[in-house]
Amino acid sequence: MNIAVVGVQGAVLEHVHATEKAMKNLNFHGAVSWAKDRLALENADAAILPGGESTTISKLIDKNEMKDALEDLPILGTCAGMVLLAKTGGIQVQQTGQKLLQRMDFCVERNAFGRQRESFQAPVHVSFLEEPFPGIFIRAPSASNVQAPAQSVAFFNETVVGVEQQNALALAFHPELSGDLRLHEHFLLNFVKR
Amino acid sequence: MIQTGTPIVKRGFARMQKGGVIMDVVNEDQAILAEKAGAVAVMVLERVPADIRAAGGIARMADPARIERVMQAVTIPIMAKARIGHFAEAQVLQQIGVDMIDESEVLSVADEERHIDKKAFTVPFVCGAKNLGEALRRIDEGAAMIRTKGEPGTGNIVQAVRHTRCIQNEILELESLSQNALQQKAQQMRVPLELVTQTKEMSRLPVVNFAAGGIATPADAALLMQLGVDGVFVGSGIFKSDNPEAYAKAIVSATQKFDDPHVVADASKMLGSAMKGEEKPAVRMQERSQ
Repeated sequence: MNIAVVGVQGAVLEHVHATEKAMKNLNFHGAVSWAKDRLALENADAAILPGGESTTISKLIDKNEMKDALEDLPILGTCAGMVLLAKTGGIQVQQTGQKLLQRMDFCVERNAFGRQRESFQAPVHVSFLEEPFPGIFIRAPSASNVQAPAQSVAFFNETVVGVEQQNALALAFHPELSGDLRLHEHFLLNFVKR
Repeated sequence: MIQTGTPIVKRGFARMQKGGVIMDVVNEDQAILAEKAGAVAVMVLERVPADIRAAGGIARMADPARIERVMQAVTIPIMAKARIGHFAEAQVLQQIGVDMIDESEVLSVADEERHIDKKAFTVPFVCGAKNLGEALRRIDEGAAMIRTKGEPGTGNIVQAVRHTRCIQNEILELESLSQNALQQKAQQMRVPLELVTQTKEMSRLPVVNFAAGGIATPADAALLMQLGVDGVFVGSGIFKSDNPEAYAKAIVSATQKFDDPHVVADASKMLGSAMKGEEKPAVRMQERSQ
């Protein structure tokens, strides 16, 4: 199993480490790589789009011709990654004219909870987990207008902060910073072919 | 049960900036250009460091109205500088919603003895350092990010390289130290032993570490990234160059693919002149405050 973390900008190493640990816990063999361009995605069985600045990451995905490969691979997107997976975007996405990968049927609102001053930690209810997940929200987005076949899977109060659709999982928060590997394990177990 | 301003949330913000370029801007037009070019954040200033240097006099926090205009013009994070020790300026910046505060030696010093108690703030801080002791003292005070002090406004990379190497060498030296010697080192540096031990175990600073000061070309950014920093601040380099848009994009590319000379070469072509710069600055800004 080869997992490529899209490494053009942002918290890449955090995802590499979390995924390596999750693979070890599950006894999966394989490698986790830091993918800087199209070539680096060629042998990947799945990709992870990390947090960072979505405007920067979308430009660099374009520049490094990674868009096509990211159209069908099983994919986990966190924070900025969630932004890029959305079909449409609210006012901030329109303002910057940033290109989304448009893989999932929801509308994303960037910085939905406010600026950094309002960034927070709080437990998140995830539909397929028994216990709440420690959510870390950093200038985080949220999802709205989630349309089938996309499904809302994570909630903070009433707000949708996690969406699943076929082989894609989008999260508004940062499991890679939490030390809790349940969501990485869920992704590897249920989204990636062995 | 919502917690804001925790160390994880503050340091997490800095982590999201990694691999990126943070650009100095003085107005909303420059900020929009920076965002379009791929900047991960902008630092709003009254004047870029080269002009602060030329103007002389007391350099203070930027006009909050100017910062607010930039906040409305772009969607990326906004940073702004407060004078060292000037916690009231920092309170103002937090109040208007700045995403990260730079307690900066580029401005005049407000307090010669004490830095801002950064743990008391909800927004994260970045602070300058030219050696390990300084870096760890700032982290102990609550800084979520460290940057080299460099030589702002000069276009001269030499200080940023020196400070980056100095911090790395001092971290390497920790590896050979006994528990006793580590204790002494911590006392010497005036920081808790556990912070020194953590640094030793991680073989790097325990927070994100950017380079700043004197970065003027794509190759400058690639050099610092290869020396191991997590990202770069570019101050006067972009808007003092002939073609700011091309320069901004080129520095973003070179920072991402810093280890690919092919990309750095492409980024370095057809840019026109870099900022002129100066070899021997009249005022050594980093000496204004230790």
